Amino acid sequence: MSSQDNSEENPPQQQDDADGGVLATRDNPFANPGLPPHEHRVQDIDERAAKRSERVVAGLFTLSMLSTIGFIASYVAFPVDKIVYVFPIGHVSALNLSLGLTLGLALFCIGAGAIHWARTLMTDVEVPEERHDIEATPEVREELLAGFQDGVRESDLGRRKLVRNTLIGAMAMVPLTGLVLLRDLGPMPGTMLRHTKWAKGKMLINENTHEPLRPEDIAVGSLTFAMPEGLSEEDHDFNNQIAKAALMIVRLQPENIKDKRELDWSHEGIVAFSKICTHVGCPISLYEQQTHHVLCPCHQSTFDLTDGGRVIFGPAGHALPQLRITVNDKGYLEAMGDFAEPVGPAYWERG
Amino acid sequence: MSTATDTRRKKAPAGERVADWADSRLGIYSLAKANMRKIFPDHWSFMLGEVCLYSFIIIILTGVYLTMFFNPSMGEIVYDGPYVPMQGIRMSEAYASTLDISFEVRGGLLIRQIHHWAALIFVGSMFVHMMRVFFTGAYRKPREMNWVFGFLLLVLGLFTGLTGYSLPDDLLSGTGVRFTQGAILSVPLVGTYLSMFLFGGEFPGHDFVGRFYSIHILLLPGIMLGLVVAHLIMVFLHKHTHWAGPGKTNTNVVGTPFLPVYMGKAGGFFFLVFGVIAAIAAVATINPVWAIGPYRPDQVSTGAQPDWYLGFAEGLIRVMPGWEIDAWGHTLVLGVFIPLVIFPLVLLAIAVYPFIESWATGDTRNHHLLDRPRNTPTRTGFGVAWITTYLTMLIAGGNDLWATHFHLSINGITWFSRIAFFVLPVVSFIVTKRICLGLQRRDKEKVLHGRESGIIKRLPHGEFIEVHEPLSQDQLHTLTAHDQYQPLELEPEVDENGVARKPTRSEKLRVKLSKGLYGEDNQIAKPTVEEYKEITSSHGHH
Repeated sequence: MSSQDNSEENPPQQQDDADGGVLATRDNPFANPGLPPHEHRVQDIDERAAKRSERVVAGLFTLSMLSTIGFIASYVAFPVDKIVYVFPIGHVSALNLSLGLTLGLALFCIGAGAIHWARTLMTDVEVPEERHDIEATPEVREELLAGFQDGVRESDLGRRKLVRNTLIGAMAMVPLTGLVLLRDLGPMPGTMLRHTKWAKGKMLINENTHEPLRPEDIAVGSLTFAMPEGLSEEDHDFNNQIAKAALMIVRLQPENIKDKRELDWSHEGIVAFSKICTHVGCPISLYEQQTHHVLCPCHQSTFDLTDGGRVIFGPAGHALPQLRITVNDKGYLEAMGDFAEPVGPAYWERG
Repeated sequence: MSTATDTRRKKAPAGERVADWADSRLGIYSLAKANMRKIFPDHWSFMLGEVCLYSFIIIILTGVYLTMFFNPSMGEIVYDGPYVPMQGIRMSEAYASTLDISFEVRGGLLIRQIHHWAALIFVGSMFVHMMRVFFTGAYRKPREMNWVFGFLLLVLGLFTGLTGYSLPDDLLSGTGVRFTQGAILSVPLVGTYLSMFLFGGEFPGHDFVGRFYSIHILLLPGIMLGLVVAHLIMVFLHKHTHWAGPGKTNTNVVGTPFLPVYMGKAGGFFFLVFGVIAAIAAVATINPVWAIGPYRPDQVSTGAQPDWYLGFAEGLIRVMPGWEIDAWGHTLVLGVFIPLVIFPLVLLAIAVYPFIESWATGDTRNHHLLDRPRNTPTRTGFGVAWITTYLTMLIAGGNDLWATHFHLSINGITWFSRIAFFVLPVVSFIVTKRICLGLQRRDKEKVLHGRESGIIKRLPHGEFIEVHEPLSQDQLHTLTAHDQYQPLELEPEVDENGVARKPTRSEKLRVKLSKGLYGEDNQIAKPTVEEYKEITSSHGHH
């Protein structure tokens, strides 16, 4: 309250007069009239209202303390795996809900109490403060520049050009050490991205059953995922290999296959395409049985499996690579070689 | 010789003695004297930056806790923890430890959810705070550097978010990392090398979680912490901007002192923000990695979306046609590379606008009074167009969800987004500018003719008129306090001595920009005192 008494002795209008731009003259109806007089809040004039505010603030702080106790109690009381039904959220972890709500309340009440305190009991008299230019005065500037010149001159940098030039050279070269050290972050690409685990004679293994696939396993309208024989989930590089080798197999009516090469590379209408989208590499997983279109769920590139895996919609830039397959003498589907082109997203060296 | 001070020190209360101790070693008194009672102006929009700061602090606090339990390793294990649906499934230790945090560490799930929610709120509040600064012109001299620092914080925030939500190595985030890798591959010449070096070989490899981890918890937050501190120091150094109004000028700041009022309000607000985020984390699940499963590069779920702030990049990549150029044994993957370039360019567009504006005005004065957005129609229009671009691509980034939830054609939505990317920003720019000019006209009308009182008066001869109440001087000043720039003119091609000079291209551009910002159709001349006097003296009774 004392600050308000102060402000009544020093009306803000007077402080503003120091500023030439604010001078409110009768000639200028748009002139800045200066700060309006402070309007008292009820707490400023009625001590009972101020007491009420005090009780509210203290009540909030007390509630926060109780909430913290509630937090500790919840931590001790609820087992970590207890699930409860709470309308309307549904089945949730009792511990998560109780800890979160008690923590939330404990924090919120501190905040609400402090803000209520600041708004109702602390001063709300607005006072002006002058701004000062950040830039230095001309004298300081001159002094500084002179000092800088002295420093530069004393360093002899301008005169001893050899020192300067070799210093620049040294400083320019030393970061190269850091750059060189980055070399071992990874291997050179080489032709890694061109090859997959597929090779001539490798059987197509069903990804779910881990059994080799026979032509009769592939029903019309089904979508089957396969990986190359010899690849196991326990392999150290399984993820790297499956990221390139993942295969999807569908059965078409041979007369529906529009692309001649696709027909040649198929077996009894069974076609095998790379599952890795040629856009940015998501696994394509959505198959439309009637149209034989596949859709990548990430960015909606759509490919026509009856037409050489051609892109018919979306952001992919080229057709899905097809794997040439046949049946071996035991009646299992097998690859006749690796993919003819790199699978997955395009890159500079792809060509 | 120092007995006098010694006795005084002994008598002083303990707090004071501690402060004295610190002052004689750190000189804190001079620092505190300048800042303790610093005046801060009050306006709801000034608290948006506080939300950013507080959510950043919350993220750091909860993030440190999470590092105690998270295992940033891509070593594979078979899960045997308490969460039944995942038992016996192969997964990385990163994913398994995220499950442990969620199901075995008491309160771990809560802290994880607070961390993620706070991250979403952090980036969201940075956007809103940035737009507040933009629309009110708070970035003008002397605050340009703080604008740039704030912008860098936003960009770093985006990448900290990306590296953060990729850490659990779940199916959704792994798909996002694959997208990132595919985008990196599209970079001409060096893309393949960048990808190999980032992932330590082919995707996914066994390195990226560990590498993202040190980027996410050390490199980026370290830089951000430095920028945040610098950002705040500059706020104190420049003193906060304020709105024009009675008693407020370009050379003062009107408000209440930091100690105690803003200590109470801002300090309390931290707890308010923290409390609300904790309550959200209690009732609203976020990123339930246990429902998504561990990452495998040949599996995917539908409806894969990044966190909202990168939805814009997602949209760009989805709507771009699949252009690819094969020539001389090389592939130029424009369909991916163009979106990859547009993404930073759109962000940069808003970052450089303040500098373009200041070049066009040539204004070197300090600006501490905020602009009302209506008084700068071109700037406001540009800002709205920028937001429109962002939102359009955010919608495009969820084209599959729009299609499934509203039973629309995905092809239709994609085509709509492709066209909207070019059309909607232009339309929103024009519409916003029109609205601003309309509001300026209304302000002018109000100043000159007063406020519509809603009282209809019948004159003796039967005519009905509405009574207008003249505005108070407070209101008159507030509505006319803003500066209006005059557009630049090209200097005459022949000067007074008859010597021809051709304006350079940059001069021409500058004049054109200046006209676009402040030309005849781009602002309404504000009422002058003469106009006001003429109207009030002739028929002031309205």
